Amino acid sequence: MSTAKIDRRVEHSHHFSSMQQEYEAGKQGVWIFMATEIMMFGGLFVGYFIYRFAYPEMYIAGGDSLNWVQGAANTLVLLVSSFTMAQAVTETMKGDNKKALKYVIVTTACAFIFLIVKYFEYSAKVHHGLFPGFDMWNPDMEYIKSHIRDTSLLANFSAENLRLFFVLYFAMTGLHGIHILIGIGLMFWIMKRLKNNEFSSKYYTAVEGVGLYWHIVDIIWIFLFPLMYLI
Amino acid sequence: MAHIVPLNVNIKTLTTLVVLTITTVVTAKYVDLGHGHYNLLLAMFIASIKATIVLGWFMHLKYDGMMNRAIALCGLAFLALLFGFSYIDLFYR
Amino acid sequence: MSATDAHSHGNYINCEKGLWSWLTTIDHKRIALMYFISIMAFFLVGGLFAILLRLELLSPEPIFMTGDFYNRAMTMHGSIMVFMVIVPGVPALLGNFALPIMLGAHDVAFPKLNLASWYMLMLGAAIAVLSLFWGGVDTGWTFYTPYSGKSADAVTMVVLGAFIMGFSSIMTGVNFIVTVHKLRAPGMTMMRMPLFVWSLYATAIIQVIATPVLGITLLLLVFERTFGVGIFNPALGGDPVLFQHFFWFYSHPAVYIMIIPAMGIVSEVIATFSQKTIFGYKAIAFSSLAISAISFLVWGHHMFVSGQSALSGSIFSVLTMLVGVPTAIKLFNWVATMYKGRVKLDTPMLFAINFLALFTIGGLTGLFLAAFNVDVHLHDTYFVVAHFHYTMLGGALMGFFAGLFYWFPKMSGKMYNEVQGRISAIMTFVGFNLTFIPQFIMGSQGMPRRYHTYDGIFTPYHVASTIGSWIVASGFILAIYILARDFFKGEPLKDGNPWNATTLEWTNTEIVPIHENFTELPTVTGRPYEYR
Repeated sequence: MSTAKIDRRVEHSHHFSSMQQEYEAGKQGVWIFMATEIMMFGGLFVGYFIYRFAYPEMYIAGGDSLNWVQGAANTLVLLVSSFTMAQAVTETMKGDNKKALKYVIVTTACAFIFLIVKYFEYSAKVHHGLFPGFDMWNPDMEYIKSHIRDTSLLANFSAENLRLFFVLYFAMTGLHGIHILIGIGLMFWIMKRLKNNEFSSKYYTAVEGVGLYWHIVDIIWIFLFPLMYLI
Repeated sequence: MAHIVPLNVNIKTLTTLVVLTITTVVTAKYVDLGHGHYNLLLAMFIASIKATIVLGWFMHLKYDGMMNRAIALCGLAFLALLFGFSYIDLFYR
Repeated sequence: MSATDAHSHGNYINCEKGLWSWLTTIDHKRIALMYFISIMAFFLVGGLFAILLRLELLSPEPIFMTGDFYNRAMTMHGSIMVFMVIVPGVPALLGNFALPIMLGAHDVAFPKLNLASWYMLMLGAAIAVLSLFWGGVDTGWTFYTPYSGKSADAVTMVVLGAFIMGFSSIMTGVNFIVTVHKLRAPGMTMMRMPLFVWSLYATAIIQVIATPVLGITLLLLVFERTFGVGIFNPALGGDPVLFQHFFWFYSHPAVYIMIIPAMGIVSEVIATFSQKTIFGYKAIAFSSLAISAISFLVWGHHMFVSGQSALSGSIFSVLTMLVGVPTAIKLFNWVATMYKGRVKLDTPMLFAINFLALFTIGGLTGLFLAAFNVDVHLHDTYFVVAHFHYTMLGGALMGFFAGLFYWFPKMSGKMYNEVQGRISAIMTFVGFNLTFIPQFIMGSQGMPRRYHTYDGIFTPYHVASTIGSWIVASGFILAIYILARDFFKGEPLKDGNPWNATTLEWTNTEIVPIHENFTELPTVTGRPYEYR
């Protein structure tokens, strides 16, 4: 392939006056978008805590019936993917599109592993009748009881409140999962552009932006993991 | 144009995060801080440290300009407002 | 870039031709015109519902609506006016047109995002309006749970529509914040920005911070409805008051999304039509930011009778009073600007004076409602209806029309018919007061809102109100007709600055701006509004 075919950006867009200005504007835009992500998930966390203080025993029962080993494994997978994403940004900034591409591929693989683990988790919940909607709610009480650490909780046990825990569990991890899917889409976009050698040490805004998004998704999981599986 | 974070710093960041994750699991599963919400508080404290590390090192806020830090902080501050007022209502209802 | 050459002849309107060139444009001025057409269409539809509602209320007996249809029409009126007209109105239409030029920029920071934002609004609006064919919605625009959790199927559609329109609002907000931070012309420091830009900046902060919370609230409501779960349903363990907390965390700041940009327009118009340096530039600029910050601390005043705790109610009551301070600062500064100025009562100025008079009444009655104990008496009466129409219609929309007439010559290169314009401004003022002053009176006497029927003693007030609604509607229809007709047939301008204004969009562009706004970026050396 001749070098003339490489579409590597050296010019800023017409409405900016320098590449530096365009870069800073783009990055700031991504950061503001990240602030909206914080507010959006923040609302869910407010709901989580309000119901937690209203029905503490249900959260403990619900959390115990989740598989914390799978949750922990997914946490590690996401942390590793965050690391490879950070490295992808580092390599792009150095101008090494090839190395960066490898890191992005690893990141995407991690995202798929996360979703596969999530699939097994969800199907186990559905199997035990713990999916709260579509008339599928039919909790397997023996399964719940066998998982609860503190059996004194069983005294004031109400399946309706446990359902609320699973509503929040599916809403929060589900929305997080949708973010992972969007992230995978963004990864493929980045991979295509890295493969075309479009980035250089002068222009790497897109990779950095996707990186910021991916790290925010990781941060949300950092909070979701203990709140759902452990505490 | 911007600060390039070297490989060894990213590795250190990842290691710290993994260690903190293990700490979360161990303290939540095997250390009982009794009734009250101390286990919850501890887990949230560790998660906040982890989030700060991701924001600072992976997301380059440590090396970034004041404006982007302010934007991130702004999001968190308004979230604190939503939390604060909702709980004032809840606890005194 | 080669695009520059392609656009080098002609102005932004005629540099490209054909519908496709409009639907794919990323020029902020063309996008503003697309918003112009769509928002005016929504405004007429929303207004039509208002007229129908008032017509039905001519008599306590049913005239042509069933109570059920009344509820649906009322919800449509509220949802259209809030989500499709007033929230996007000033920022997306006038802000899109004026903000980049006022800052001395070639475009907003993210032009493609800007276009996407228009499509999002269209998509959301289409979904919300099409819900009419699935039976409409009878919850009111607030979608309060638990009723909205089990009401007609179309609730999901309208809520999804509002969710998508929220994205449109966020995109505009992100664009404006970054444009203000990064794309100011050389010499344009923050303290030299026109006050309209300051107000849009304060608005954008609210759009970005508050709208995601609305998004998650509506998403949870959709979740609750489709999966049949009870996040907000007390029968299933949920908390309906939590929905109200979430909803008003957005929707209270949202009323400032509507009013702050209108205040910015009024600042521009009053300075220009008084031909006088604006009084208290810094005070007006920072009071916009102060309002947007305080707006996040007061949402509980919508919930005084919802079962919220008494302590929260008291805190929210006190904080709400605080909003009066920056608002009053603005009003005093505007009046001080007019004092001893060479005041010219052209159409934009008349609409701006409408704003001053009506918004003052709206703001002051807001203080009555902010008082915890008074609100318990007035809650859910016509007093509240009149109050928020004084701020939203008398405030936000009067400011909006002031801005439309003010920037119309720059948008079109034509002059509108001044006499007819003044008539429309006066008609809206008279009709508006005739519509809503009776509502204050019957509200304080206990007429509840959202009812299709009423006690016979209120008949005279309702009749007066309905007659007023015909006058105010005629005024707005006349205004829109003038703007639409004179866009094509108005007298062409000879001078690019007919108002003798001082901001960049008047002083440094062609009569109709070119595609790139400026051939060369201007250099700014001082504050705007230096008339003397």
